[in-house]
Amino acid sequence: MSEIALSPWVAVPAAGLLISGGLLTLIGALGLLRLKTFYARMHAPTLGATLGTGCVLIASMLVSSAVTHRLVIHELLIAAFLTMTAPVTAILLMRAARSRSHPQ
Amino acid sequence: MNQLLDLAAGFAALCFMVAMSLALVRLFRGPRAQDRVLAFDALYVGGMLTLLTLGIRARSVVYFDMALLIGLFGFVGSTALAKFLLRGEVIEP
Repeated sequence: MSEIALSPWVAVPAAGLLISGGLLTLIGALGLLRLKTFYARMHAPTLGATLGTGCVLIASMLVSSAVTHRLVIHELLIAAFLTMTAPVTAILLMRAARSRSHPQ
Repeated sequence: MNQLLDLAAGFAALCFMVAMSLALVRLFRGPRAQDRVLAFDALYVGGMLTLLTLGIRARSVVYFDMALLIGLFGFVGSTALAKFLLRGEVIEP
């Protein structure tokens, strides 16, 4: 794709992280589709939102640091943002589901 | 080594797109509204990861900003939907 030759010390870990991130997210989405109840389905996509995103962000940091020859860590912004926001959505959605299925 | 990385990035992008289509199936099929909101949540995470992977493949940092924006607006959207399901109001007076 590009003409800059990456060293194997960057390319191989980045490739492994990308493959494992993709597989983890795929497993999470499969769980979202296949699990039986809503409370069970709630758990599945968090696999992609935490581990999958972490793997892809570390791979992106490695590759962009190697391409630009300096430390590129602005991907940590997405990591921090997702760490702060994913539990908020999960808590609100869980409380909504509970109050909708057991109305007082 | 570049070919290995491009191959891995293509595989990961394919995985994320399949994951997004599975979430889309759940979005259309979901028996109740909370299932659809959960599927939307999984959908925007998949889109964000696809953009990041395409950025790795193109060796460009432009895709990062789009991924950040998708994460931001996806959080706002899914939180607003969940809050609406919870109370019937998004912003309560």
